Amino acid sequence: MVEILFFLSSGLFLGWSLGANDAANVFGTAVGTRMIRFRTAATVCSVCVILGATISGAGAAHTLGKLGSVNALAGSFTVALASALTTFLMTRLKLPVSTSQSIVGAIIGWNFYSASLTDSSSLTKIVTTWVACPLLSGAMAVVLFILVRVALRVSKPHLLRLDFGTRWGLLLMGAFGSYSLGANNIANVMGVFVPDNPFHDLTLFGWLRVTAVQQLFFLGGVAIAVGVFTYSERVMKTVGGGIVKISPVPALVIVAAHSLTLFLFASEGLEIFLAGHGLPTFPLVPVSSSQAVVGAIVGLSLFKGIGIRYKVLGEISLGWLATPLLAGVLSFLLLFFMDNVFAQKVFAPVPYRLDRAVIEELARRGVSDPHLDELAPRDNARDMQRQVAAMTRLSPEDIRTVLELSEIGSWRVDMRAHDPSAWHDMGLTQGQIEALEVLDGRSFERSWQLRRALEAASPDWRPGDDGPAGRKRNKLLDGQFSLLLRMFDTRR
Amino acid sequence: MPLFKSSRVMEAQIDEFLDTVGEGGLVYQAGVKSYLQGDVTDFEAAIAKIDKLENRADKISKDVEANLYRHSLIPEHRGDVLGLLEHTDNIIDTAKTSLYQFSVEQPEIPAEFHAEFAKLTDASAAAVDAVIVCARAFFRDADLVKDNLYKVHHFEKEADLISDALKRAVFAGSLDLAHKIHLRYFALNVEKVSDKAQEVADRLAIYSIKRTI
Repeated sequence: MVEILFFLSSGLFLGWSLGANDAANVFGTAVGTRMIRFRTAATVCSVCVILGATISGAGAAHTLGKLGSVNALAGSFTVALASALTTFLMTRLKLPVSTSQSIVGAIIGWNFYSASLTDSSSLTKIVTTWVACPLLSGAMAVVLFILVRVALRVSKPHLLRLDFGTRWGLLLMGAFGSYSLGANNIANVMGVFVPDNPFHDLTLFGWLRVTAVQQLFFLGGVAIAVGVFTYSERVMKTVGGGIVKISPVPALVIVAAHSLTLFLFASEGLEIFLAGHGLPTFPLVPVSSSQAVVGAIVGLSLFKGIGIRYKVLGEISLGWLATPLLAGVLSFLLLFFMDNVFAQKVFAPVPYRLDRAVIEELARRGVSDPHLDELAPRDNARDMQRQVAAMTRLSPEDIRTVLELSEIGSWRVDMRAHDPSAWHDMGLTQGQIEALEVLDGRSFERSWQLRRALEAASPDWRPGDDGPAGRKRNKLLDGQFSLLLRMFDTRR
Repeated sequence: MPLFKSSRVMEAQIDEFLDTVGEGGLVYQAGVKSYLQGDVTDFEAAIAKIDKLENRADKISKDVEANLYRHSLIPEHRGDVLGLLEHTDNIIDTAKTSLYQFSVEQPEIPAEFHAEFAKLTDASAAAVDAVIVCARAFFRDADLVKDNLYKVHHFEKEADLISDALKRAVFAGSLDLAHKIHLRYFALNVEKVSDKAQEVADRLAIYSIKRTI
């Protein structure tokens, strides 16, 4: 228990730094234009972040968060600490940076340290976010601005009424933005501690049921809120007036463009809705709140021909480049210290071995090579990948499949070891729970064998098709499954 | 956060303020003409009325100022709006002072200059009227400000020309010097009302550019 609370502290620090940095994306322009006082903004932001984290953050699809790939608690602690320190440093420098990029950077540092593989798409995602997200958001800001200007020319509102509308617009956009900030990021802050959750379900006032996950996420939400209150004013000032002097209406346009960019280009719900009605969908691209808001400010300023402070913009861009790099290096160094100085287990070694079952499964998936039989067991992903690449003629994608299937672990389905409410908290259906009951007591050496056994036991575990709805279902199933792997892992 | 109601109340207050100053211009025009016609009753009534209007305008502008700060409204334009109210209030102050001077000093205006004084008063009152239209437009439609500012300039220029011609005529005549100087002083007083309108117009020209998003 004490150990968990200690490890939880770096998650809380990460939450604090996230609050200090990311609140500026939703309330920076409002505070910078003096339309909303910092205290009002911080109060609304804190309340909404906590609500978002507690109510919507517990969605099973991303409960484990990005840190889920780190397979030891001390490793999660260190990776979260590296990410939090990086974000904190950037916040001290008053730079709006992407917290999730600092997390991904720190995880890449862990991957290097633990000889795990880094999915090349996560690197592509980071670079795409730097370029595509500001461009999209900037264009969105210009389009919105033109529309708003036309609307104002037609409606000619009184200056005070316009002020009133803009103020409430900023407040509402900020409130919704804060809610999604809490809902989308809490998993990265607290998700990794879900399998070791020190809390238990509670019933308040005799009718309000608060799950253990919700309590954990509430705690994370409070950490974010404290970050907002104590340290977010610095970055808010950069966003709200450091790059360029912003007026209230453009301030609203910027926040709206930022939210719309996140919604249109990152919302699976919207994609499903559009596809379901036979409409063309927006391409889903990696977007980040910080990149979106800076892109909107710059796009609008260029369109209006307002002087941009290029020095500040340059510092922000350098901050973007430095964030994942610094987080990665810091993570590697801290892991080294945790491992060698404090003798903490920062990763669980993952051995790889190809046996008959794996080769058969590979064949079933259309992956075959005459040299697969000759592959020797290896102690980690990096060595295994090198061996497969050297000895076979498989494509990078097939090599990934070989690694995925040959990974060895140890899982035992033990339904009694967990509170029955945990299954409902994970969003499991009755069919999914029944499938687990069927497998209760069985042990598995390969995760895919457990997955196949679950698929065989219940259609509720079977993947969806390739359409948007199917993709969403698969993401949910993947999220639930990775949580189960954590819970049933006998090596933990 | 200000409630919608307080925003609406302030809109109404600003409208009332502009109405008051606009009406002050009309009362001033009627007052000077009554003086010229020797209609003492109407002149005294005009003085009493402009006195009331000026007090009212003062009170409203102070209320608006306090509310703008209390609710931190229109942060970007607050200084402009306060400057606008203050300078618009100066118009009615100047008009009131001018009427009082007529009452106190009772200038003796020869009949041959009545028509020119009346024209000068008309031009000054028209400048006030035009600048009130601009000030109202500033709050609702900044583009309309530019469309109306030329009228203020036009009437102010006209007042300058009439005043100049009047002063030349006065000094070309056979009145004694003290009388001439007294008349010039009143010509300047009436002209000053249009100058105050022009000052507001000059500010509005800048404010309206800032107001365009």
